[in-house]
Amino acid sequence: MIALEGVTKRYAGQTVVDDVSISFGGEGVTALIGPNGAGKSTLFGLVGRLVRPDAGRVTVDGLDVATTSSQELARRLAVLRQDNHVAARLTVHDLVEFGRFPHSRGRLTVADREHIERAIAYLELDAYRGRFLDELSGGQRQRAFIAMVLAQDTEYVLLDEPLNNLDLRHMTEIMRLVREMADQLGKRVVTVLHDVNFAATYADRIVAMREGRVVADAPAREVMRPEVLAAVYDTTVDVREIDGRPVALYYG
Amino acid sequence: MTALHPQPTSTSTPARPRRTGAGVLVGVLLAVLAVASLFIGVSDVSPVSLLSGDSDGTAAFLLVASRIPRTVALVLAGASLGIAGLIMQMLVRNKFVEPSTTGVTEFATLGMLGTTVVVPGMAVVGKTAVAAVFGLVGTWVFLRVVRAVPVRQLVLVPLVGIMLGGVVGAVTTFFAYRLDLLQSLMQWSQGSFAGVMQGRYEFVWIAGAMVVVAWVAADRFSVIGLGEEFATNLGLDFRRVVAVGMVVVAVITAAVLVTAGLIPFLGLVVPNVVSLLIGDNVRRAIPWVAVLGAVLVVACDIVARTVRFPYEIPLSVVVGVVGAVLFLWLLLRRRSRAH
Repeated sequence: MIALEGVTKRYAGQTVVDDVSISFGGEGVTALIGPNGAGKSTLFGLVGRLVRPDAGRVTVDGLDVATTSSQELARRLAVLRQDNHVAARLTVHDLVEFGRFPHSRGRLTVADREHIERAIAYLELDAYRGRFLDELSGGQRQRAFIAMVLAQDTEYVLLDEPLNNLDLRHMTEIMRLVREMADQLGKRVVTVLHDVNFAATYADRIVAMREGRVVADAPAREVMRPEVLAAVYDTTVDVREIDGRPVALYYG
Repeated sequence: MTALHPQPTSTSTPARPRRTGAGVLVGVLLAVLAVASLFIGVSDVSPVSLLSGDSDGTAAFLLVASRIPRTVALVLAGASLGIAGLIMQMLVRNKFVEPSTTGVTEFATLGMLGTTVVVPGMAVVGKTAVAAVFGLVGTWVFLRVVRAVPVRQLVLVPLVGIMLGGVVGAVTTFFAYRLDLLQSLMQWSQGSFAGVMQGRYEFVWIAGAMVVVAWVAADRFSVIGLGEEFATNLGLDFRRVVAVGMVVVAVITAAVLVTAGLIPFLGLVVPNVVSLLIGDNVRRAIPWVAVLGAVLVVACDIVARTVRFPYEIPLSVVVGVVGAVLFLWLLLRRRSRAH
C-alpha cells in the first residue's frame, strides 16, 4: 500500500499539493485525473522520493519514503515520469537491463536475465531489442520504457502521462497493456491520464485532483458524471452512455 | 498481447552491437603504434641495436628511461582523457562537454600556477593533488552554473563552459603575467610528452587507476546518464554517483595536465565516435573509448615527433588539428541526422 498522510508541498509560497491524505494499492488500475497544475505530477514526485514534502508523510508498504533506502524502495515501486527524453544512445535491451538495477546492482544473475527476457517478450520488443532508442517510433519507445519498469519487478507502478505524444492506436495499446499488467501480473498501477474516457474505460478507480487537493475519489463510473467532471475541470462536460459505458463529451 | 502486434515489421537484430572484428583491429593498431612509438627518436634505439648490444647499453638505457615511459604515458593519458570526456558527458547529459570545454582544465591550470607561486619547490604529488582539487572545484562550479542556467539548446552548455573557462583562464593569465610566469603557463597549455622520463611520469598511472574506477562504476554512470529521475527510480544515489564522477574527471585532468599539459578535443571526439559505433552503454563503451583514445594520442605523438624530424612539434597542435576535423565531421553528421 502506498499511503500519503497529510502531505503538503509548496513551491515559492504556492501550495502545489495541499494536505493530501490518500492511499493507493487496493485496485488494479487507478487513474489520476485533473487539470494542468492540479499537482498530479508533484504527487508522483512525492511518492517517488524526487520531491520532499513540506509536511506529512509518504509510506510504501509501511516504509517511510524519506528514511528508507532508495534501493529498497526501488524494489517495491517503479515510477515512469513523463517526457522521458533520453539523450544517451542506448538499445532497448540496455534500457530493460537497467530496470534490473535495484536487484542486480549491475551484476546480472540468471534470474535477472529471465526477468529481462520476460519483459521484452511481454511487450513484444524482441525484434527491436538491438535498436537504439532514438531509432524507435514514439509508441515503441514508450513500450521500451514500460518494459524497463516491468523488469524492475515491483508491485507498484506509477506512470505519469504514459499516453503523451502517442497516436490513437498506440494510446489504446498502452492502456490495454496497463490493464493486463494489473490483471495478469498483479501489478498495482497508478497512472496520470488527461483523457477521462481512457480513465473511465481502463481504470477501476479514478482520483481527481484540483488545486492541490483530491476532489473526487471513487470507482470510475461514479466519477464519470457531468457535475463531478465540471467541478474538476471547471468547464462543462457532457456524459453520455454509449454501449453501456459512460463517455465524456468535452469538445465544445 | 498477440493482438497488439500481429506482424513485427523488422527482422531480429542482435541484442548488443558488438563489432568484434573492429575491436580486434583497433587493439592490433594500438599495439603496432605503441611498438613504433618505442623506436622513433633521434637516438638509435631499434630492435637491432638492442639485440646486438654494441652500443654499450645506451639503447637499452634509453628504452627503459625514456621511450617506454613516454609510450606508457601516452597510452594512459589517451585512454584516461577519453574516459574523462565520457564520464563528463554522462554527468552533464550532453555530448559536447569534456574537461576543456567546461572550465575544469582551466581551474586545474590555475591550481598549478598557485602551487608554483605559493610553494615553488612542491613535489609533483602535491602539484597533482592541488590541481585535482582545483579541477574538482571547477567541475562543481560548472555543474552549478549549468543547473542554475537551464539551457535548452545542447550546444549552449559547452558554450557556457567555454566562457567559464575563459574567465578562469583570464585570471590565471593575469597572475602569470604579473608574476612573470607566462612561460610556464605556455608550457602547460601546450601538451607534449617530450619531457616524459622515468621518475617524471608516474602520476599518469593515477589517471589509469581512474579508468578502472570508471569501469567498476560503469553501470551507475550509464544510469545517471538517463537523468536524476531515472536514477532515483532505480534506487541509485544520484548525488553520490555524480560526486564519484567528478573526482574521476578532476583527477584524470590534473594528472595529465601535470605530466604533459593540455591536450584538447580528445575527451570530446573519442566518446562521440564510440557513441556512433556502439552506443552509450558505459560498460560497453569504456574499453572502446580507452583504446581509441590511446590510439589517437600515440598516433598523433608519432606525427608530432616525425613531421619536423629531428625536432618535435607540440602534441597538442597535432591533436588539436585532428580533433577539430573529427569534431566538425561529428557536428555536421549530427545535423544531417536532424538532431
